[in-house]
Amino acid sequence: MSVKKYIGDAWKGAASLLKGMRRTGYYFTHHKEIITQQYPDNRNELDLPERFKGEVVMPHNENNEHRCTGCQVCELVCPNGSIKVIFKNDLMPDGKKKKAIDKLVYHLDMCTMCNLCVENCPSDAIKMAQTFEHSVFDRNKLKKVLNKPDSKIMDGVE
Amino acid sequence: MWSFSEIANNLHQWLTGQFNDTWTLIIEMVLAGLAVISLFAVLGLVLVLMERKVSAWMQVRLGPNRVGPKGMFQTLADTVKLMIKEGVTPANADKLMFNLAPFLAIIVAMLLLAPIAFALNFQLWDINIGIFYIAAISSLSVISILMAGWASNNKYSLLGAIRSGAQMVSYELSAGLSILTIVVLVGDLKISSIVASQANGWWIFKGHIPVIIAFLTFIVAATAETNRAPFDMAEAESELTAGFHTEYSGMKFALFFLAEYVNVFIVCSIGAILFLGGPMPLHIGNWEGFNHVMDYIPSSVWFFGKTFFLIFLIMWVRWTFPRLRIDQLLNLEWKYLLPISMINLLLVTAIAILKWHF
Repeated sequence: MSVKKYIGDAWKGAASLLKGMRRTGYYFTHHKEIITQQYPDNRNELDLPERFKGEVVMPHNENNEHRCTGCQVCELVCPNGSIKVIFKNDLMPDGKKKKAIDKLVYHLDMCTMCNLCVENCPSDAIKMAQTFEHSVFDRNKLKKVLNKPDSKIMDGVE
Repeated sequence: MWSFSEIANNLHQWLTGQFNDTWTLIIEMVLAGLAVISLFAVLGLVLVLMERKVSAWMQVRLGPNRVGPKGMFQTLADTVKLMIKEGVTPANADKLMFNLAPFLAIIVAMLLLAPIAFALNFQLWDINIGIFYIAAISSLSVISILMAGWASNNKYSLLGAIRSGAQMVSYELSAGLSILTIVVLVGDLKISSIVASQANGWWIFKGHIPVIIAFLTFIVAATAETNRAPFDMAEAESELTAGFHTEYSGMKFALFFLAEYVNVFIVCSIGAILFLGGPMPLHIGNWEGFNHVMDYIPSSVWFFGKTFFLIFLIMWVRWTFPRLRIDQLLNLEWKYLLPISMINLLLVTAIAILKWHF
């Protein structure tokens, strides 16, 4: 090891350490950066990060229509079988039958919030909601049907 | 003016008026012991709270804020909890050594407090080999750690203790060499004369770059000697659960914890005495007015201010850097710190002989 490299290493090491200390020193003096939420106190004005994952929901529009085609990708991709798609046959105006979802059953008690179903949904029918207060006294209440009663598929979603 | 040395002198005079010499000595010893113990308790409470708050703010967290105003009584509540907790001795542990180790740790910390100058002319024991005494006694603290690790009869504890032994033996060298640089400049080991030599300026300003290098080396070595992150190989929570104090609980654990923080205070106060003038106020050359204003701040405030500044520095380091691996740790000491501080000592010796320092 040459002397030049030795001194250079020592200098570089010290410089990089100072860089780290500058960062923590910045955080120490800037308390507005604190990300801790004092949860039960600020329950009404929670500031959750954008990617916080609470549960899977299916957004409906004002006409009670959703975007789910019943393609079953979410059911296939779910690692622990938290999603079950139950079908029914819609009768179209021209007399043909069309496959549609009757119920999209979601087991919140099994879900690990891995986000795979949301990422793989081809028609963006489901998304992650930010609600997280899921405690209930009966486990059956965690079995949820995501599509609302009498909901239909949105026009133009195939 | 009220000062620690005056209070101590008045007390001494009053006691000699009331009792004969032997009783005066005994009463003064008891009072000093009580003062040391209460200082320990206060330091434990304050430093633990400070560490928790500093670490929280550096990690973008809030820290304790529930017990008392702004969480100020958190450590008090923790102490009460630790005191009423059961102190378990494992069945297969070496009972005597296991129970002795935490007390040894605290005794070493207490011994180290003896020659420290808390204010001008205010020391428990102004021994003429003061700084040598500190260097000698501080190396005893490794015994308590080895004792705890061995007596616990637990592989994690033993590994932590062995690592700590290797680390302390290594870092004692560079700590000693950086202390020596100041001893060379002062020409005396006595704490009071080291403090007195800095009346016209602290050594970190008077001694040019070599003393600054020695100061940085001392801070690194002090962090390593007190077994704090990034050199906390003896504890290493993620690898060894808690290292040498894995098996300890209740008050015995609290004593180790207290000893750690008191040791931090002691190494920082030694750093303050050696490099930052200890209880000496900040004086700049011939600025009479400025020096006069600085003299109005009591010397104890200077001492504790400097010490807490160094403690904050060590906490800053702790909460910024990740833990070193054992080979990196020994590399840093033997390949970098030791050669650098040896050359540095040579430079300082040259400066001292040629009287280049201010």
